[in-house]
Amino acid sequence: MRLGRRFVIAVPTLWLLLFFMVPFLVVLKISLAEPRIAIPPYSPLWEWVNGSLKFNINLENYSYMWEDSLYLNAYLSSIKIAAIATLLTLLAGYPMAYYIARSPEPRRSILLLLVVLPFWTSFLLRVYAWIGILKTNGILNAVLLWAGIIDEPLVIMQTDVAVYIGIVYTYLPFLILPLYANLVKLDDTLLEASRDLGASRMSSFFRITLPLSMPGIIAGSMLVFIPVLGEYVIPALLGGPDTLMIGKVLWNEYFSNRDWPVASAVAIVMLVIMMIPIMILRRAQARGAEI
Amino acid sequence: MKTRITTALIALAAAGAVQAQDNVLHVYNWSDYIAEDTLQKFTDATGIEVTYDVYDSNEVLEAKMLAGNSGYDVVVPTSDFLQRQIAAGVYMPLDKSKLPNLANMDPALMAGAAAYDPGNEHAVIYMWGTTGIGYNTKAVAERLGEDYTVDSWALVFDPDTVSKLADCGVSMLDAPTEMIPAAMNYLGLDPNSTNKADLEAGAALIEKVRPYIRYFHSSQYISDLANGDTCVAVGWSGDVFQAQARADEAENGVEIAYVIPKEGALQWFDMLAIPADAPHPDLAHKFINFIMDPQITADITNYVWYANANAASMPLVDPEITSDPGIFPTEAAKANLWASVPYDARTDRLVTRLWTRVKTGQ
Repeated sequence: MRLGRRFVIAVPTLWLLLFFMVPFLVVLKISLAEPRIAIPPYSPLWEWVNGSLKFNINLENYSYMWEDSLYLNAYLSSIKIAAIATLLTLLAGYPMAYYIARSPEPRRSILLLLVVLPFWTSFLLRVYAWIGILKTNGILNAVLLWAGIIDEPLVIMQTDVAVYIGIVYTYLPFLILPLYANLVKLDDTLLEASRDLGASRMSSFFRITLPLSMPGIIAGSMLVFIPVLGEYVIPALLGGPDTLMIGKVLWNEYFSNRDWPVASAVAIVMLVIMMIPIMILRRAQARGAEI
Repeated sequence: MKTRITTALIALAAAGAVQAQDNVLHVYNWSDYIAEDTLQKFTDATGIEVTYDVYDSNEVLEAKMLAGNSGYDVVVPTSDFLQRQIAAGVYMPLDKSKLPNLANMDPALMAGAAAYDPGNEHAVIYMWGTTGIGYNTKAVAERLGEDYTVDSWALVFDPDTVSKLADCGVSMLDAPTEMIPAAMNYLGLDPNSTNKADLEAGAALIEKVRPYIRYFHSSQYISDLANGDTCVAVGWSGDVFQAQARADEAENGVEIAYVIPKEGALQWFDMLAIPADAPHPDLAHKFINFIMDPQITADITNYVWYANANAASMPLVDPEITSDPGIFPTEAAKANLWASVPYDARTDRLVTRLWTRVKTGQ
């Protein structure tokens, strides 16, 4: 019995060890090295010199991140963009999830299918489609100019606005699905009781539905917030030089500056920062389970 | 219509999947840099299949080469990057007995490339060109007046001038080792200086005009210029001519011109080289020899509008191309061209940091 249980736990433990812990340690090791132009492009952490083991541990990459305000600003800017984008996604996604959950059964399945449908095409292609829509001579500007709403084409591409549009569009399903799963379980008798006691529809929503859907809101928001924090593709393709996000900085360190040690240090710090929302999520889930 | 894969992203995704298969040659080249039928002709002639991936920055190529085991058999670094990658042991010496077509190459240009690779031991010239300015003639005349002659870096580096162009879109290459020296050149400094103050002055100049720059990217400007989405781009000669050709094809009324600024411009050589850990060095030699065939090289030049270094191919190149001073610079313009020198590790770090600051505005 106990052996069987241990075995069951051993498989995921081994999995995590192999595919999370080992890569993490490799990144940690590189973050303590010095960059150089060679294969591989960083100094070894330890080497045998005349029969004795010599360690070269270099903490400069971390102190460098403190000295150059770029990194701190990139972290803060990523958090800001992720927070705003999550809020926008929530504002767009909540009514959709609510509507789907309140729809009669056959229509519900179709609506859910529609939410998941975009996943059937490549994410990259869909972002490229947005370039076609948003660019100066793109579809959106052509329509607005034709309708006489604007006189000059709007510059949306290569701005933060384009990044927000891209993020909200891409991550909407990640918010709708957990929120839907929560809202669909909502006990109708509670709403009936509140209506019987004289609460308006509005007040029933804010005092019953919204508080009860909080675990769904938190789960959905985290599923948006955490990946957006490290998002690279959307800011790289839709954003301009002003869009400062840690994913871009990381790419830049790795590919443009070819500075693997600093890139690794940035990644380690990002991982630490990401732990915070994940812990909030876990705590919220634990609380949800108690209820 | 040619499918264009612009971002390094896709190249990355594709590169991740590169696997050694027998009789399949893996080539990693710049985007928009080969004739439509070159690879097919190679396969027809030799029976060797080609997997072809693209990039648009030397830095990305270097990152992949230094990581090792890229799986590529032929890559195309620019001369200054080639030099220090050779020093890092990235490339294998060429077996010249397998490259009989070397006889077709222009000795003077190969001697120029030998400055980076003594004896041309590791690489042969694929194409060469300059880094200048591409612009939409009508849009620029509208904003700066019909009398304004575009002949100087002032178009992009003078804040007063470039601010008038910001609304129609100005882009710069995402290539620190080309942009910062160009700015230094405009300031009257030696573009090859590794003096910290000089490099900082160059970067500061770009930071000053940065508010008027729409983006820093090294391949997107081709289609943007052609479609009229942007109107000025610091770019590579042939890429700008490709934009010009695409605008002509589309008949959208956009007219694109390329200028080598009077202050001078960078002249570079892109070099065919074989990584030391290439899975198929034999096939790679066959490919390089095939490219040096006069007709094949002439076809590429006729398609991508970059100058080649193949003397035997010149009679086969479109006279419109050989007579264009933007592609084959005049003697007077040649005097102002500079060749880059590779930076040492310290300067490299300084330049990349300065560039990060320029790009992000931090």
